Amino acid sequence: MRLESPTPAVRIALSVSVATGLYGISFGALSVAAGLNLWQTIALSALMFTGGSQFAFIGVLAGGGAGLAAFGAATLLGVRNAIYGMQMNVMLRPRRARRFLAAHVTIDESIAVAAGQSELTEAKRGFWWAGLGVFALWNVFTVLGAVLGDALGDPAVWGLDGAAVAAFLALLWPRLKSRDPVALAVVAAVVTIITIPVVPSGVPIMIAAVVAGLWGWLGSGRSAPAGDAAPGTSETETEGERA
Amino acid sequence: MSGETSLWIWVLAACAAAYCIKLVGYLVPAKVLDNPRIVHVAGAVTIGLLASLTAVNTFASGAEIAFDARVGALIAAGIALLLRAPFLVVVIVGAAAAAGLRLLGIG
Repeated sequence: MRLESPTPAVRIALSVSVATGLYGISFGALSVAAGLNLWQTIALSALMFTGGSQFAFIGVLAGGGAGLAAFGAATLLGVRNAIYGMQMNVMLRPRRARRFLAAHVTIDESIAVAAGQSELTEAKRGFWWAGLGVFALWNVFTVLGAVLGDALGDPAVWGLDGAAVAAFLALLWPRLKSRDPVALAVVAAVVTIITIPVVPSGVPIMIAAVVAGLWGWLGSGRSAPAGDAAPGTSETETEGERA
Repeated sequence: MSGETSLWIWVLAACAAAYCIKLVGYLVPAKVLDNPRIVHVAGAVTIGLLASLTAVNTFASGAEIAFDARVGALIAAGIALLLRAPFLVVVIVGAAAAAGLRLLGIG
């Protein structure tokens, strides 16, 4: 990345970085409220660096789930990143050493910005600027949120549990573009609610993931392959718009 | 092993797993992952998990189902999303709804 006047892709990447980075505040605050300490919170943003999985990890712990369940939810939610990585590898063809850095900044936002470009050089710029830009700001605002969350005291008084609910719904929202994903989301939520009183905390989320996986497996035959669930197309474009 | 130590282990294990999954996309030949069924399953699991996490955070109180201020947060967040509010605004609306309802003695 040479110094030059910002191209359209760079401008989009920077605005996405600011918008996404800012909600690192909510992650930091919720992570501390869920019982993680400052350094664990920082580790998640710097090393895991994939918002959905980070929220999943702390969301399971906040609900009283075990470490294993938090690990499982975060890891399963990260599986889409493998698909994103494959798409970026085909599209941008990073050199061998750069792949290791590219992998780390392979997230919803960098993919969305890259996929939204028609020229290859712009796609490359968009990917790197969004990936590194979100990384920088996400981590800064995570620390800010964690320090703030620590100072707030009782999380329930400030409605932080309500903030977690809102965060998950907002992460889900852009993926509900047609009837099939909505039906799947309803089924997953119902399965979760039914199993909460029956199995240990954290396990309902795993059961819902298995049901969703089966849904996707069985449903892939009857609907168009590049349909509702294809990352890098519909769902990421929506997030790009949102951001 | 203290609770803090074991939590650290899960944090670091989950971070390592997240990175390895990302890397798989770059190291595995494209034709292995570029399979409509795999793409479809990955998309469905993402939606299922996020829906489930939303439900758990709204209704779970330990191993019981509870209807409290968090339901108000869910509804308020849904309205904010329908009005195309950005992520951070949605989160603040959710927090304000839950805190406000508690202030009124509801939930």
